[in-house]
Amino acid sequence: MTLIPIAAFLLALLIGTIMIAFLGVNPLIAYQALLKGAFGSTNAIADTVVKATPLLFVGLGICIAFRAGVLNIGGEGQLVAGALSATIICLNFAELPGWILIILALFVGFLCGAIWAGIAGFLKAYFKVNEILSTIMLNYIAAYGMNYLLRGPIMDPLQIELGSFIPQTTRLTHVVDLPRLIPTRLHFGTIVAVVFAILVYIFLWRTTIGFRVRMIGQNIQASRASGINVQKYMVLAFILSGALVGLGGAIEVLGVHHRLFTDGSVSGFTGSAGFNGIVAALFGQLHPIGTIPASLLLGALLTGANKMQRAVQIPSALIGALNGLIVLLVVGSDYLRRSQARRMEQTAESKTNSKNKNKKESQ
Amino acid sequence: MKMKRMIVILTLISIFVLSFGFGASAEPFRVAFLMPSAINDFAWSQSMYEALLTIQKEMGKENFEFVYSENMFVVADAAAAIRDYASEGYALVIAHGSQYGASLSDIAPDFPDTSFAWGSTANVFTDLGITNIFAYEPLSEQGGYVNGVLAAKLSKNNIYGVIGPIETGDAKRYTEGFKAGIKSVKPDAKINVTWIGSYSDVALASEAAQTHIDAGADVLTGTSQMTVGAIGVAKQRGALWFGYDVDQSALAPQNVVASVDVIWAIALKPMIEMIKKGERGGKIFTLNLANGGLKIVVNDEALVGKTIEGIVKGNIEVKVEK
Amino acid sequence: MEAIIIGIAKSAIRLATPYLYASIGETIGQLSGVLNLGVDGVMLMGAFSAFYTVLKTGNLWLGLLVAIVVGAIFGLLIAFINVTLKAEQGISGIGVYIFGLGLSSLLFSTMVGTVQTVSGFSPLSIPWLSNLPIAGEIFFHQNILVYGAFALIPLAWFILNKTPLGLSIRAVGQNPEAADSLGVSIVRIRYFTVVLGGMLSGIAGASLSIALLNVFQQNLTNGMGFIAVALVYFGAWRPTTVLIGALLFSTVNAIQIWVQVHGINIPSDFTLMMPYIVTIVVLAAMAKRRIHPPAALNKPFERGE
Repeated sequence: MTLIPIAAFLLALLIGTIMIAFLGVNPLIAYQALLKGAFGSTNAIADTVVKATPLLFVGLGICIAFRAGVLNIGGEGQLVAGALSATIICLNFAELPGWILIILALFVGFLCGAIWAGIAGFLKAYFKVNEILSTIMLNYIAAYGMNYLLRGPIMDPLQIELGSFIPQTTRLTHVVDLPRLIPTRLHFGTIVAVVFAILVYIFLWRTTIGFRVRMIGQNIQASRASGINVQKYMVLAFILSGALVGLGGAIEVLGVHHRLFTDGSVSGFTGSAGFNGIVAALFGQLHPIGTIPASLLLGALLTGANKMQRAVQIPSALIGALNGLIVLLVVGSDYLRRSQARRMEQTAESKTNSKNKNKKESQ
Repeated sequence: MKMKRMIVILTLISIFVLSFGFGASAEPFRVAFLMPSAINDFAWSQSMYEALLTIQKEMGKENFEFVYSENMFVVADAAAAIRDYASEGYALVIAHGSQYGASLSDIAPDFPDTSFAWGSTANVFTDLGITNIFAYEPLSEQGGYVNGVLAAKLSKNNIYGVIGPIETGDAKRYTEGFKAGIKSVKPDAKINVTWIGSYSDVALASEAAQTHIDAGADVLTGTSQMTVGAIGVAKQRGALWFGYDVDQSALAPQNVVASVDVIWAIALKPMIEMIKKGERGGKIFTLNLANGGLKIVVNDEALVGKTIEGIVKGNIEVKVEK
Repeated sequence: MEAIIIGIAKSAIRLATPYLYASIGETIGQLSGVLNLGVDGVMLMGAFSAFYTVLKTGNLWLGLLVAIVVGAIFGLLIAFINVTLKAEQGISGIGVYIFGLGLSSLLFSTMVGTVQTVSGFSPLSIPWLSNLPIAGEIFFHQNILVYGAFALIPLAWFILNKTPLGLSIRAVGQNPEAADSLGVSIVRIRYFTVVLGGMLSGIAGASLSIALLNVFQQNLTNGMGFIAVALVYFGAWRPTTVLIGALLFSTVNAIQIWVQVHGINIPSDFTLMMPYIVTIVVLAAMAKRRIHPPAALNKPFERGE
């Protein structure tokens, strides 16, 4: 049953093999580099996990939104909202004790992500503004807002002094660096992400609110009929979704970059995690726990792909195309997996039915 | 039997001699280079790529090797790449983008035997006790100034359009220099500036150029890879264009009057020499008109020559508001 | 004042052109129940293939044709994944986007190498109409692909509202079970709309690379395809309102450039935000309008479930 997505994954790699060979590079060496880049050393594994962490946060947010029947493609903007607000807090309250400042910054990041997504949820629930439209637009608005702040009000004073005007903040005070787990780039934020994966699971499957969120996703009419305030839960799903993404953004600042910068777009900071996290969520069957290994897989792929570029010097665009192909084939194969699962269920059912029958007959 | 032994011995000797021979010949100088866009972006990354190709041609392939990672716009990925290159023993790792500085200052102390370089900046982190980071910085305002003077001489309407990416860094300095250059010739000039908010939005850059021309501008300039859209408009509507980063005349030979060509090799060559001597960092390489790090590629050599000479000799002072 | 209005309006019309092709294509696909978030990837493939053909042959119409064919091939791929394999459409679209972005960049790197220009479709003045005051200057001195984009709106409206085909498309998106029981082939209609959408996205890309910009560069569209998808929601699946949305977005964008050019002292980041903010606000203000989203949007069809 899980073999089908793996087969799809391998098929994508096979097509990639042909493309790599076409460029005159030995595919075996290329894929070897990919594996080495993702898992070849302690540092490589740490890089993979660090890469997977924001994907997991976004993926968790996507799980909640998807389960409520809304598509949140505003991850990029929500990551920025979380990162930007956490950075501003750290810049302005640098004299606070480290752990208080960390908690405060993460909390504010969580809150601002929630607000940024909440705008989309609110507009959908009460003004019928489709969430795909609003989240796309909000991504751009967040990017321009970040550019404005970084090249003006919160720019590193040193940059002005040097005259190089690099649009970035100063390095945040060392007391807010998230603790490292082992002497690599691996930071405490990963543990926070995993804890939140469990919390999201508990929320969705063990609480009444979570149940209602899932219910409006499954059948909006029935939910309305049973007296659920659909509008309210839709906004709530968006807020929670954005809160997790915003927290992910704040953790990227405190755990990885220790400052905020821009390259005009936001992808230099987010690494397009706002989009890739959606893919991670689907690979994880839109289940918070499943999203953990899915994020790791995607993180490994992205980390390894960069190593592949370095090792065999193929255009980075090929790696992009290959990633797209993997998403397409794995998503496409999902139907085969589902229908196979259904068939197995049916045969299992008919077996138990016939067994029961036999029992009855023998009685 | 003896014969066989002889062969074995001979082979061993020849292997020994061969390997010794190879060991004796100078090791090639190995450079790793990573950039935020592609090697064919016709701007920032391409100009550095071409500089490395030039150096390779001069030093010979056997003496100079380089590898690169393109489209490393994700800074965290770039950091991983920098670390990886450093651990693979490259003598010099060039992180070609001002967004990479923070990562370099984290990584460089772990690899004291590797040199790192980045730009555009004048920051080599000696204040943090780091000794193996070089910096390079083109004084893009000088190039902008020359372009501005030339533009002012050529404009009939005395209205000028600038199409920049975001109002910061090199782009801001170039623009300020361009304005200053125009004003030095025609103090009453009208200079309109637009910022696209992106390095890659070609369509918006094109539309900005249209609007500039509608507003009366007959001379346009701009920086970053999205300006190819604006050059197309200049070509179509007969406006003049002044380029930056690389010689852009191939895109519109009738319209591109001059380009500020950044000759990164002027920074890289002395950097390589320093590294060979065992000095690993701490120096800022400035690229300007005086040292040939900025080259103005033009049709009207005479006019530009005078301006360049003026700056080199100090007759013209280029001031930028900070 | 007149010159300003003409300038802004001409700008807006040029900017709206690629959105119109892509948004109408997406509208038709969504009306039949298929969401494709990967428009940007298909646009990039269309843009590259048109550009490359023109670079090699100099034949603009051949370039356009190749863009349409490449768009259709991508349409087939999308249809196969979304219709036949019944994939989760929100995510397969992201796959299409990443794939199209990567492949077009790869082909550009290996087949062209560096940025070059081509001479694309040049503005074509329409006899008589182009002499009209103001309107003539705004509307009738554009290139042929601009005219095509605006001609597409009434055509799409007619097909969707006045033909049996349009009726089938709507039925398939609104109530596939009923359509199926009436003998309409869900699969065939959806393949048709998605392939058509791919072709239109291909033209949208070509309208950039061989008409408006006459150049190709990695990621030339810079996210335009996503805006095109957003405009479908603005237009509530009606070609006429899609047109209004595209013109609104583009006009505000043209105005913000104009504001910058004329040195009005607002930070550029804020003027750049305006098209996005205005689009959301206007849409929110229209909350009272009646919207009939295709009920089966994003829902693969399973017979007898």
